[in-house]
Amino acid sequence: MDLKFLDFEQPIAELEAKIDALRFVGADSDINISEEIDRLTKKRDSVTRGIFASLTPWQVVQLARHPQRPDTLYYIEQCFTDFQELHGDRMFAEDRSLICGLARLEGRPVALIGHEKGRDTKERIERNYGMTRPEGYRKALRIMRLAEKFSLPVITLIDTKGAYPGVGAEERGQSEAIARNLFVMAGLRTPIVSVVIGEGGSGGALAIGVADRMLMLQYSIYSVISPEGCASILWKTAEKAEAAAEAMGVTADRLQKLGLVDDVIAEPLGGAHRDPKAMAETLKNALIQSLADLDALDADTLVRKRREKLAGYGVFKEG
Amino acid sequence: MSWFDKLMPSRIKTEKRRRSVPEGLWVKCPGCSAQLYRAELKRNLFVCPKCNHHLRIGARERLEWFLDPEPREEIAADLEPQDPLKFKDSKRYRDRLSQAQKETNERDALIVMAGALKRIPVVAAAFEFRFMGGSMGSVVGERFVRGVRHCIEHKRPMICFSASGGARMQEALYSLLQMAKTSAALAELAEAKLPYISVLTDPTMGGVSASLGFLGDVIIAEPGSLIGFAGPRVIEQTVKQTLPVGFQRAEFLLEKGAVDMIVDRRRARDEIAAVIAKLMNLPQPDEEPIEPTSPTLPPATPEPSTSANAA
Repeated sequence: MDLKFLDFEQPIAELEAKIDALRFVGADSDINISEEIDRLTKKRDSVTRGIFASLTPWQVVQLARHPQRPDTLYYIEQCFTDFQELHGDRMFAEDRSLICGLARLEGRPVALIGHEKGRDTKERIERNYGMTRPEGYRKALRIMRLAEKFSLPVITLIDTKGAYPGVGAEERGQSEAIARNLFVMAGLRTPIVSVVIGEGGSGGALAIGVADRMLMLQYSIYSVISPEGCASILWKTAEKAEAAAEAMGVTADRLQKLGLVDDVIAEPLGGAHRDPKAMAETLKNALIQSLADLDALDADTLVRKRREKLAGYGVFKEG
Repeated sequence: MSWFDKLMPSRIKTEKRRRSVPEGLWVKCPGCSAQLYRAELKRNLFVCPKCNHHLRIGARERLEWFLDPEPREEIAADLEPQDPLKFKDSKRYRDRLSQAQKETNERDALIVMAGALKRIPVVAAAFEFRFMGGSMGSVVGERFVRGVRHCIEHKRPMICFSASGGARMQEALYSLLQMAKTSAALAELAEAKLPYISVLTDPTMGGVSASLGFLGDVIIAEPGSLIGFAGPRVIEQTVKQTLPVGFQRAEFLLEKGAVDMIVDRRRARDEIAAVIAKLMNLPQPDEEPIEPTSPTLPPATPEPSTSANAA
């Protein structure tokens, strides 16, 4: 698959094109050009490092939404084994924007919940671009309760623009569905590890993101409202999304500095999509480590600590 | 009118006329367009005496009426909002805050009070919509949680009147996490088996609706209130169709099974006290006499109307 380059990656794209051209020539000629390829590859890497060393929040937003960014389906395949998808909320419908099921992580059974945006147009429509409706959140809730009953840890992978703003979603109680998940997750007597793998959009993300360990991939974003939404309300134009992304502090490193996420998982050079396998490996190790840390706590302590953490969110002055 | 007055351009004339009437003495009812005398409207809890339209009411005024006169103690009143992100859009968040504080005389958008409802000890909270659209930031979340803690400590029920556009964007992710924080506190309240009555008033949207708003043991809506997750404009832009009449209004929610009942503001004390008394196995509280200024007060159990003042 051809790599897609973002605007700010153009210098990398140019070098990549040169390398490709040389490889093409090299394949059917006697001239030894491997030295030149080596030189260009090194140059490409250093240019990439340079660009990625000082990404603006808006550039990170674009990376988090990259069409080739590894998604929940990819990580299910790479980090887990024996995945069995479980469908439906038992009340209304199956919501394909949120994948739920049972799997094994290094042999250990876990409950898995993750947003899936879809990879091509047809899939994106089927999966509603990863925007979940109430039935999706209620399915997730059912799986979380199942996990609690059988003492399985819950792993959630977050990648959504936000909860779906549609007529049916409102009619079926979008607010109630999200609120109920927050309420139940705050007291769930089994470990919860959440990872923002792409976009963490608002209540739609939080509805599966109340966790004992809140992790973010390095170039993922997490925010109260999409930069476009924020811009169109506060700046009166969605074109100010870049400024909004800056102002809200949506990036993993900023949020970690603010103490709102527990850990940031480093991505391969150039972002997760440049080396998905390596990314999956790092993610898998982070998940195993997080669960191992939480295993030490009994259910009472786990819930107490989770609640203490939730109660600690916020900045205000007393008196 | 003298010949000179007639010569004056109409714009100047209107200026002059407007100045002669003090600002806000008369209020136009958004429901029936009747001109209402403000003092009288206030006596009627900002419910239009002509058409029963529920206008917005300030948080303090609401609690003032809702709680018994004695005892009353405000919870976490001294909390002051901060600007952890140094947020700036067309205006600085700091400036927006001080402007809102000046306009409302409140420090933030939620007021929480320990008090009594028909002599039942309760904690009641109310959102001040005029304070940055009743948006929920760190102070709102913390005050709510301290209210809930007070309930658990003193074995009291919690009541919250929501009126909010949602999470406060200027506190970004801190605001989003207030949803989880308030919901977690309510989970503890539920474990203590204490009632939580959530009253959704106009408007209750976004992050407030999708957390403490819809977690009530009993959920009450005020007539005609706009209640939902996504705003109507966002939905219209997404689905590219015009929304049905009455969409996301209280009556619509009742029909869809999202709320337990719609209660006229003037009956809120009676209805909420009666619910709480039953849930806590207390004797039925006395009904209060109907205010003489409310000739249009509906019967105790109003027929739910589906289309009323929904437009």
